[in-house]
Amino acid sequence: MVKIPTVTSWQDLPVGCVVPGGTMIINKTGAWKVFRPVVDHKKCTLCMLCWIYCPDSSVVLAEGKIEFDYDHCKGCGICANECPAKAIRMELEV
Amino acid sequence: METEKLTFTGNESAALGAKLARVEVVATYPITPQSTIVENLSRFIANGELKAEIINAESEHAAISICIGASLSGARTFTATASQGLVLMHEMLHWAAGARTPIVMAVTNRALCVPWSLHADFQDAISQRDTGWIQFYCENNQEVLDTIIQAYKISEDKRVLLPSMVSLEGFILTHTVERVDVPKQKDVDEFLPPYKNEFFYIDPENPLAENVVVLPDWYMEYRYQQEVAMQNAKEVIDKVSKEYFDKIGRNWGGLIEAYMMEDAEVAVVTMGTIAGTARVAVREMRKKSGKKVGLIKVRCFRPFPVEEFKKFSSLKALAVIDRSYSFGCGGPLCTEVKSAFYNTEEKPLILGVVAGLGGRDVNVGDIINVLEKTIEVSKTGKVERETIWLNLKGEQLR
Repeated sequence: MVKIPTVTSWQDLPVGCVVPGGTMIINKTGAWKVFRPVVDHKKCTLCMLCWIYCPDSSVVLAEGKIEFDYDHCKGCGICANECPAKAIRMELEV
Repeated sequence: METEKLTFTGNESAALGAKLARVEVVATYPITPQSTIVENLSRFIANGELKAEIINAESEHAAISICIGASLSGARTFTATASQGLVLMHEMLHWAAGARTPIVMAVTNRALCVPWSLHADFQDAISQRDTGWIQFYCENNQEVLDTIIQAYKISEDKRVLLPSMVSLEGFILTHTVERVDVPKQKDVDEFLPPYKNEFFYIDPENPLAENVVVLPDWYMEYRYQQEVAMQNAKEVIDKVSKEYFDKIGRNWGGLIEAYMMEDAEVAVVTMGTIAGTARVAVREMRKKSGKKVGLIKVRCFRPFPVEEFKKFSSLKALAVIDRSYSFGCGGPLCTEVKSAFYNTEEKPLILGVVAGLGGRDVNVGDIINVLEKTIEVSKTGKVERETIWLNLKGEQLR
């Protein structure tokens, strides 16, 4: 698990604003999204274009199927836009 | 001191300085009057004289970005640019300073458009004043070579860790041949050990997050860290200048050089090659008329030598010659010099002089005229015009 160091003064800050990697493990930016992608596995051809295009590495291949990492997907919709099989739809978050 | 006396252009001197500093990564993008710096480095690499990686970039913005990446991976990094190329880098100059990458870049100062020009002018580098880079301005080719080597030692000091710009005026230095004493590689190696980053470097085995988002609660503290590093640089620059003298045998002064200032009543303040001309003017005036004039050469514009200037608060008058301009205000160097004296009890009268824009020649006679005018100001106690544009067609100095 990533540890965020405790700082109380400018002197405690890491030089050059460099912090241990993997901060996104605890920083769940997926909470920002308004729409979430949902895949229709019957239409999906597993061409993986969505995986290539996703700017947040939030398309994951799980047990031979496309899934989304909703903790980090910001709902930009690029996957749905690029999908040639029209297998991804964007649904309003509730 | 064992050296090799040879003749080199400013650009050859800059390339030699980088070679002697054993740079490991050079990012290149051509621009007049810089191109021969990286051409020379590429020749050194091809000949096997320098072990370094040369990376051809698609723009200056990319060249400086390559330097940032290379520096973060722990390599000693160099690039060179000028004019439009430097201003295209602007965004990444802030990045390089904030990420605390000790890159050294030669800037072959050239005027900015419009109108188009290829000639000497500090507007390019001066416009990068607030990017957080250390800025050196050189008087001759020897100082270019020496300053590039020194700049690595200053930038890589763990109290500093800031990038440095080494300025040499386009054509006046870049394409002019002068005698240059080349220090021996073993002496430079002893002066400048290999770069070791103790704080951070990119390593696939140990992932790091770089340039993370910092919200209003901590942003100011990061900026203050940069300011502390800049203030530390003042001490480090003086120390490194002395160490260089001990090892190589030349000292250009730290942040400033005071020339014939011991008994001076008035002085001219300037940077770069105009300082070389002013040196002759000061000598001539003293010899011919015995007037007590002197020269303050600003070697380092950032960090600005505020404390050094305060020591001259008892002078009667100063003329500050700028080879750049801040429209709607005045010469940038002049503004800084004025502000250095603001809180001193006594202060000299300060006359702003803009000269040599776009490569116009500034000769010994011009500087004698400026000094005569400054003596007049010291006698009348009045500065009638805050800024004079020297030799402007349609205007007279007096």
